[in-house]
Amino acid sequence: MSDNGVIFSTEALNLWYGKNQALKNINVNIKMQKVTAIIGPSGCGKSTFLKVLNRMVDLVPNVKYTGSVNLQGHNIFDENINLVNLRTRVGMVFQKPNPFPKSIFENVAFGPRIHGKHKKSELNELVEKSLRQAALWDEVKDRLNEPGLSLSGGQQQRLCIARTLANEPEVILMDEPTSALDPAATSRIEDLVRSLRKHYNIIIVTHNMQQAGRVSDETFFFLNGELIETDRTEVIFTNPKDNRTEEYITGRFG
Amino acid sequence: MTEMERNLRNKKIAEKVYFSMCGLFMILTIAVLFWILYDVASKGYSTINWTFLTDRPREQMTAGGIWPAIVGTFYVASLTIIISVPVGITSAIYLNEYASKGTLVRVIRLSIRNLSGVPSIVYGLFGLGLFAATLGLGTSLISAALTLSIMSLPWVITASEEALKAVPQSFREGGLALGATKWQMIRQLVLPNAISGMATGSILALARATGETAPIILTGAAFFLPALPTSLSDRFMAMPYHLYILATQHMSPAQVRPIAYATALVLIAMVMGLNMVAIIWRYQIRKKQTW
Repeated sequence: MSDNGVIFSTEALNLWYGKNQALKNINVNIKMQKVTAIIGPSGCGKSTFLKVLNRMVDLVPNVKYTGSVNLQGHNIFDENINLVNLRTRVGMVFQKPNPFPKSIFENVAFGPRIHGKHKKSELNELVEKSLRQAALWDEVKDRLNEPGLSLSGGQQQRLCIARTLANEPEVILMDEPTSALDPAATSRIEDLVRSLRKHYNIIIVTHNMQQAGRVSDETFFFLNGELIETDRTEVIFTNPKDNRTEEYITGRFG
Repeated sequence: MTEMERNLRNKKIAEKVYFSMCGLFMILTIAVLFWILYDVASKGYSTINWTFLTDRPREQMTAGGIWPAIVGTFYVASLTIIISVPVGITSAIYLNEYASKGTLVRVIRLSIRNLSGVPSIVYGLFGLGLFAATLGLGTSLISAALTLSIMSLPWVITASEEALKAVPQSFREGGLALGATKWQMIRQLVLPNAISGMATGSILALARATGETAPIILTGAAFFLPALPTSLSDRFMAMPYHLYILATQHMSPAQVRPIAYATALVLIAMVMGLNMVAIIWRYQIRKKQTW
């Protein structure tokens, strides 16, 4: 199933928080080796959709979902699915940088360690590789033992990206990763996303349409829990088919 | 003077009165506390010397020291902490991390909060009935320690739960999103950041249990035992009970009054010492904490 160029495909995905339906009948394919941006106004379900993909949505009390979400042909709603395995393959970067209260090194080594990698040389190599990929190595190589929380906000977010990369995931989910950062830090993260697209499948939720335009290949537009339109990013931004998409991207609501 | 000026002046006066009242009552509270401490210290300190701390009571408690009571209190307090802290902390972990947030957990939590308000004599009677009588442990060190443990549990659980709640949710999410199991996440991200709060809460609970009298009278404390306890089934002397006897049960209260004050001073010093350890510990950990 992995040869058709699709990493995730959802079928009749519905999701409720209590009685409130947050996702309505989502049927979509997410393409491999692309950056997919998810845009839409607050409360449209874009973050919820992202959290379904690694089942972090399970942490929300009273959540209920139906339908199926296939990761390379395997339904992640299947009761036999191993969540540890799923979340190792599908990493996540959060809205607010959330480094652990540990050293920079230990933050990055956390994932490999819990998955049984303990050899010092192997960890050193993996930490360096991940920090390099996250464009943070040069800034921190001399102070790997300092607390991750001593870094600036933008560096913390890149540390969280490095931490995710250390698991060698197939997919990286990013939930508004720059919304807590200043413009300079934001632009570094965007550069990073573009450089990572070669090796990872990236799905990024953003409320910033310029950002979606800058970093993504494909764009999904959500509104009130429905997936309104999906297309290549330049088509969404220049020639949307749905009026609501056009109204949103031209700033008439949102 | 205009209406507005008058209004403003009245407000200022009201504010002054209010502040003075708050200050006055605060001073009053502290004054009473210091008065008690001063009273006990001034009447007790001259009796305290090396012999008093290391000798057993002699001549019907009119002479000698309080060594068996110090040791008994130390034993019962140590046992209490050994029993109540592991049970309390694991209960808190279960309630806060594992139990689904439903009505049942709310009821359990409410019950635990209520249990911390139950008078200690009730715990004493419960311990007497359950540990001493039904389980056949008799009036002994272990019965008293179990009783004090049951009494301390609500405080340990509540303090531990607060410590767990203070750990940011983002650590938990970050850990799970990296593929950690729930226990790995708790063990490596939650507990290291909650353990100081749990420890200080436990020490404060212990400090309270150390000063309790009613539960141990009923379950194991002895009126007078020159020998130190050598096993869990022995009875023991304890400072709070010793003080109670000297103050109210002795045949010549006036004669033993200095000993009673000295005992009270040692007990207060011990409890305050425990509290200080907790406070200093917490302060140092908070200084290091970066979130």
